[in-house]
Amino acid sequence: MDTLVLVGTTKGLFALRSDDGREQFELVGPSFAGEEVYATCIDTRGAGARLFTGSVSNHWGPVLRRSDDLGASWTEDERAALTFPAGSDTSLARIWQLTPGPADQPEVVYAGVEPAALFRSHDGGATFELVRGLWDHPHRPKWQPGGGGLCLHTVLVHPDDPERLLIAISAAGVYLSDDGGESWTASNTGILVPFEPGSPELEFGQCVHKVARDAGDPESLYLQHHGGIYRSDNGGRAWTAMTGIAGMDFGFPVVAHPTRPGTAYLLPLESDEYRCTPDGHCTVWRTVDGGTSWEPLTKGLPQRDAHVTVLRDAFTTDGLDPAGLYFGTRTGEVYGSIDDGDSWQLLADHLPPVVSVRAAPVG
Amino acid sequence: MTEVRVRVPTALRDLVAGSQSVVVDSNSSGDKVTVGDVLDALAVVHPALERRVRDEMGRPRVHVNLFVGADNVRDLDGLATAIGPGAELSIIPAVSGG
Repeated sequence: MDTLVLVGTTKGLFALRSDDGREQFELVGPSFAGEEVYATCIDTRGAGARLFTGSVSNHWGPVLRRSDDLGASWTEDERAALTFPAGSDTSLARIWQLTPGPADQPEVVYAGVEPAALFRSHDGGATFELVRGLWDHPHRPKWQPGGGGLCLHTVLVHPDDPERLLIAISAAGVYLSDDGGESWTASNTGILVPFEPGSPELEFGQCVHKVARDAGDPESLYLQHHGGIYRSDNGGRAWTAMTGIAGMDFGFPVVAHPTRPGTAYLLPLESDEYRCTPDGHCTVWRTVDGGTSWEPLTKGLPQRDAHVTVLRDAFTTDGLDPAGLYFGTRTGEVYGSIDDGDSWQLLADHLPPVVSVRAAPVG
Repeated sequence: MTEVRVRVPTALRDLVAGSQSVVVDSNSSGDKVTVGDVLDALAVVHPALERRVRDEMGRPRVHVNLFVGADNVRDLDGLATAIGPGAELSIIPAVSGG
């Protein structure tokens, strides 16, 4: 079986493809040269994989594209699949997230965008509708943008109940819906706000960078915040700080192992001012006990003069077991592991800054 | 009905089968045909091209210039700039360099 890794950069989309059990990857691209590709998606629920990209041109604005032939050709809906509706007084700035819906609803696809809003497609991504329940939330006028913009960057659909949705916005925090998006509740209890005086607990306003769901217990979640790492044991209704990585509170991505309960990965960065891997060491951290303890993974990763940045959607897994893990840096390297993170190899370098990575078995 | 030729920049020609220009029939929304009217007509026949020029609120994108003949409409009346029969509307990406 082939494995496909989509690498979105600030200058177009690249792809890494392996047909030999992930031993070697061939790089192709760029597609959409010059466009910033912040969102990529490999939807494997249907008969064949469907790819999505959300990109933006500095000149020509945002575009959603689909491919049903693994990227050999791409289509853009003639009438713009994803735009804010008339009367919203808003225009789409950037697509940040494209997420397949429930496994048994292959035509449902979610999109998170900037300015922060959730869209949903019921026709396989041909058209999207604004999820009004979140758009009309009374908190929305008070949401403030994070450094990357006011972006809805995380969409998690509960695997046992498609009506239960979790989204995260920088810098508004986590919101939950139990009714398929009709109504939403801010759910940031336990998350501190170190960038405000007194580190208060706020109903919303947290700069949540990414959330991932545990493979074994769908109520268990891992969260990388602007100033700390957290877990939840109740589907995101409350959060508890994880303290296993001393002094490393800042980072962007968090990835859960696709099949092994209690296993997740972080890529901490040094401080929110520097935002690079600390001390020149590029290190992935892994927990296998639900976040109680963390171990550094360094084999194959540069441990000298490696001052790299990995953004929230630039770290992913391919869903296999043992897990393939892949991350891209803002300095244009892509690293991969096919042994749950035990060892890594450089898959590509000298690319433009990497902003999104997604991987899956295809074909 | 006014026929207007719209010049398409190289970067967008894939959206119009490689053509350097397209001709659209524009109806006036007032007492004269305007650049906005031309773009409204363009949205009907080439919607993917038109949305590269304007966002969904109808505003020209920041780094896109529109010229009627040799004149940038930003220096005239913007989308309300009149465009007469035989005139050309050019879509030109801003240099946006450093």
